[in-house]
Amino acid sequence: MANDKILSSEITPEHVYLNRRNFIRTGLVAGTTLATGLTYRLFNPSAPGQPVTSDISDLKRADIPPAGDPPNSFADITNYNNFYEFSTDKLGVAKKAEALVTRPWTVEVGGLVQTPRTFDIGELLRFPQEERIYRFRCVEAWSMVIPWVGFPLKTLLGLVEPLGNTTHVAFETLYEEKVMQSSFSAGIDFPYVEGLRLDEALHPLTILATGLYGRQMPNQNGAPIRLVVPWKYGFKSIKSIVKITLTDREPPATWNIAAPDEYGFYSNVNPNVRHPRWSQATERRIGETGRRETLLFNGYADEVANLYAGMDLSKYF
Amino acid sequence: MNDVRFYKFLILLNALIPLGLLAYDGYRGRLGANPLEFFLRTTGVLTLVFVLITLSITPLRKMFGWNSLIKFRRMLGLFAFFYGCVHLVTYSIFDKSLDVEAIAIDVWQRPFIAIGMLAFGMLIPLAVTSTNGMIKRLGGKRWAQLHKLIYPIAILGVVHFWMIVKSDVFYPGLFGLAVGILLAYRLLVRLKGKAASKKLVRENV
Repeated sequence: MANDKILSSEITPEHVYLNRRNFIRTGLVAGTTLATGLTYRLFNPSAPGQPVTSDISDLKRADIPPAGDPPNSFADITNYNNFYEFSTDKLGVAKKAEALVTRPWTVEVGGLVQTPRTFDIGELLRFPQEERIYRFRCVEAWSMVIPWVGFPLKTLLGLVEPLGNTTHVAFETLYEEKVMQSSFSAGIDFPYVEGLRLDEALHPLTILATGLYGRQMPNQNGAPIRLVVPWKYGFKSIKSIVKITLTDREPPATWNIAAPDEYGFYSNVNPNVRHPRWSQATERRIGETGRRETLLFNGYADEVANLYAGMDLSKYF
Repeated sequence: MNDVRFYKFLILLNALIPLGLLAYDGYRGRLGANPLEFFLRTTGVLTLVFVLITLSITPLRKMFGWNSLIKFRRMLGLFAFFYGCVHLVTYSIFDKSLDVEAIAIDVWQRPFIAIGMLAFGMLIPLAVTSTNGMIKRLGGKRWAQLHKLIYPIAILGVVHFWMIVKSDVFYPGLFGLAVGILLAYRLLVRLKGKAASKKLVRENV
């Protein structure tokens, strides 16, 4: 058949053929590498933000000695957060927490007290504020030094006058489903709740923090007001508090409910109590390359060890 | 460059992009407050990604007839091993400062680390026997049998990931689902094959 015959004019000249092949190959290289790079970026965005909050005036230096180490940078403290209501990705919380509205804000204090009261955040911010530079130890075996601003929890509790039979204090975080759209699989129940024994709550180291680095609290760090208990793992220091209830029994605590064998009610920093995921014997101080030894009660043993005198700390972990 | 060599080059290039971007972000100090944790997690996830890609070659060949994909399977498997090595090296050198005692304690006290180590240990013989010479030496059938180890490796890898996550198991769950589908596909093909051969036997009698 005549059709079988290929005219020499129909044959693609070699240089055109090679050119076309090179063209396709160049396209494949460019296209696939771009797609791979973009896919990687989709899962690993890299652009930390800087929250802007207003300064806190009349800041008083605390009479409690600061942690011996220099504080971590504002950028690190505000871009590496566990706030599961927003995201289970520590690097993703800052962005998502922008949606949190912190005004108006009230903290309801009640339960076993003489005078239950609801405090407006404005009033709490007018309490004398002081700077407390504390070590912060996460149960995930990383730690920071954070210059908190706040006031002793004791000041607030004094105003409502706990009744004689009070033994514990329960705390609750805001739960606003509309803005707190964490992964449906966050794996813990909301609202987030925590608790302390009354003597722990009244301890002078225990503060309600309203800011850090001399500025009002950034959303991702638990704005507008949060608990800070420096000798316990970070998850005890509950964020964005809306309710404080004094009670005569041990209150529920979110992580303790989720995994009671991993997170005890006390959750005091203790290098001698093992954890199935992270070695608690050492920790990575954010900004450092090696690991440091973890200190009993996060280095606050002199101040708080007497609270637990006679208790078996491996049983009441 | 012939086509196979070009595609291998293309795979090499793409497979190294995540590492390149990791290094670039690290150089710019953009891996977040805890770069080591980020690096560890990302290389771990990349190991699993390459295990999954390797496991999807067979279904792709059977379903779409893309038989030539087989030419790239060993290379993809080697990238799983490569990222596994980077993951393990990061853990032992940069996280544990090569402290053998601390690593031993970790393996002993934290089951997820023991499982990760086991999975990596099983990857080693597969990487070692990935050359043409080794296939010849072992014989194709024995080689194929040995390389079935990739199935338990994939399962252990997902379990390892699942166990380190504190409570949000979304991503480990996703990887688990993918491994489940890829393994279920093989099981179904096998069951179907058995049924077909039985039918054949019956018809021939």
